[in-house]
Amino acid sequence: MTAAELIAFAAFEGGVYAQAFPAFGVERRGAPVQAFVRFSDEKIRLRSQIYEPDYIIVQDSTLVGDVDVFKGMKAGGIAIVNTEKADFDSNVPEGVKVYIVDATTIALEELGVPITNTTLMGAFAAATGEIKLESLEHALRNRFSGSMADKNVNAAKRAYNLIGGAA
Amino acid sequence: MMEIMEGSHAVAEIVKRCRPQVVSAYPITPQTHIVEDLAQMVASCELDAEYITVESEFSALSACLGASAAGSRVYSATTSQGLILMAEVCFNAAGMRLPIVMTIANRSLGAPLSIWNDQQDTIALRDSGWLQFYAEDNQEIADLHMIAYKVCEDHDILLPAFVCFDGFILTHTYEPVDLPSQEEVDAYLPAFTPYHRLDAAKPLSMGMYATPDYYMEFRYEIDRAMYRARDAFIKAGREFGEQFGRDYSGLVEGYRLDDADVALIAMGSICGTVKDAVDEMRDAGKKVGLLKIRTYRPFPGPEIVEALKGVSTVAVLDKNISLGNGGAVGTEVKSALYGTGISVYDYIIALGGRDVRKRDIAAVVDLAEKGEGDMFYGLRTEVL
Repeated sequence: MTAAELIAFAAFEGGVYAQAFPAFGVERRGAPVQAFVRFSDEKIRLRSQIYEPDYIIVQDSTLVGDVDVFKGMKAGGIAIVNTEKADFDSNVPEGVKVYIVDATTIALEELGVPITNTTLMGAFAAATGEIKLESLEHALRNRFSGSMADKNVNAAKRAYNLIGGAA
Repeated sequence: MMEIMEGSHAVAEIVKRCRPQVVSAYPITPQTHIVEDLAQMVASCELDAEYITVESEFSALSACLGASAAGSRVYSATTSQGLILMAEVCFNAAGMRLPIVMTIANRSLGAPLSIWNDQQDTIALRDSGWLQFYAEDNQEIADLHMIAYKVCEDHDILLPAFVCFDGFILTHTYEPVDLPSQEEVDAYLPAFTPYHRLDAAKPLSMGMYATPDYYMEFRYEIDRAMYRARDAFIKAGREFGEQFGRDYSGLVEGYRLDDADVALIAMGSICGTVKDAVDEMRDAGKKVGLLKIRTYRPFPGPEIVEALKGVSTVAVLDKNISLGNGGAVGTEVKSALYGTGISVYDYIIALGGRDVRKRDIAAVVDLAEKGEGDMFYGLRTEVL
């Protein structure tokens, strides 16, 4: 949910309406959870969950297989998957582009903890172009202070540059 | 200035700016973030109020009742099981004419236990004498709190209010909200002037014993105040619009109802999804519109009749069930439209947090057009 909230904040900074919400009721770190974000040039009124995402971020690749994380995705969609396995392979729908990031390692190196929200935000920004790096940095500095802000910005930038080279 | 924030946080921020003098609440999902924020604001002296911690919702509202009777502006928030534990105090607060404002993060009632959204909790307290306002989005829930204090504290009204928004669907959603500044809120909402209050120097009793010679007149007076609250809401909503540019002068709000054959009626966050569905149906050539009910109490019967002139079919979406007789909103809409010849169909929908999509709204319209209604929508027949 933190990642969804920060992405919404960064997108709004970038000049569009944004809405972020959890799949209600089970937001506990470590449990399988979902959170959703919508962006629009117009005010967002729709309240249903998202069934056909343009983009997905998979924070824990061990879910792949147990859960059809790509469900509802169409050609042209983009997926960002946190895994250390370079040969990651799953039932990716045709036309969906998958970016692999070892966000856990980046987070451990930059933050000292395996919390991947901010790293994956960097990857999302680079892979989709939906949020600018400046907006992302602003969102992170608004959320965190002092050295924590710097560390999270560094983690996001590392993933951004990693994906930026591939996108 | 518009900022992205969580619905619960928007409520806590606006409540702070309404300057309650006493806050008492008991945390319960999905209301928790609101009272956590307020407790923090009191602890950090950001909000100059007494925060009374208690062991139950019954005590929370009892503390609010006492503080309001002593002449303070008071605030509480709850949901679901917490609200029904307060039920006895709710009736007393209205009977004693205490203008308490309480946020309700609408949630279903057990059993079976469910933490997810519907509107059964406030509907169960329908007859308690509290005003009931329902918000479509997090801007509206913030704004309605200011209006609620103004209406409740009006000396012609003096009733408490539930200010309702859908649990999780709004409480836990981050979206842009424009919060007025403290100065702007002060300009709209003057300090509370109690009509009467407990004062050792001028003793009086409230909530006394009433014999059969007096009880009915007390109930009559509450009922009259509820009717007067119609005009008080319209006035407070219009003043709000003049100051802030967001107009709340309607007990109901129509969306694309001009020339509509079919009107949907709903309350709360589902109205947003309905509006998007209406746009799609309009694009496909269907003459469909929405009538949003903002004030369930006072009930906007005459406004519904007026707004639906020219409509042939009405589909009411009820996120509650009066077990044994359909949805509460549908029943009252049928009563309001009695004799108009309009066909009214009721749909029990989205109980216990079941998600509603645009296609569900379109399916309800199809059912209403076929004359099929007064039913649960979206049942999983395979598990029945």
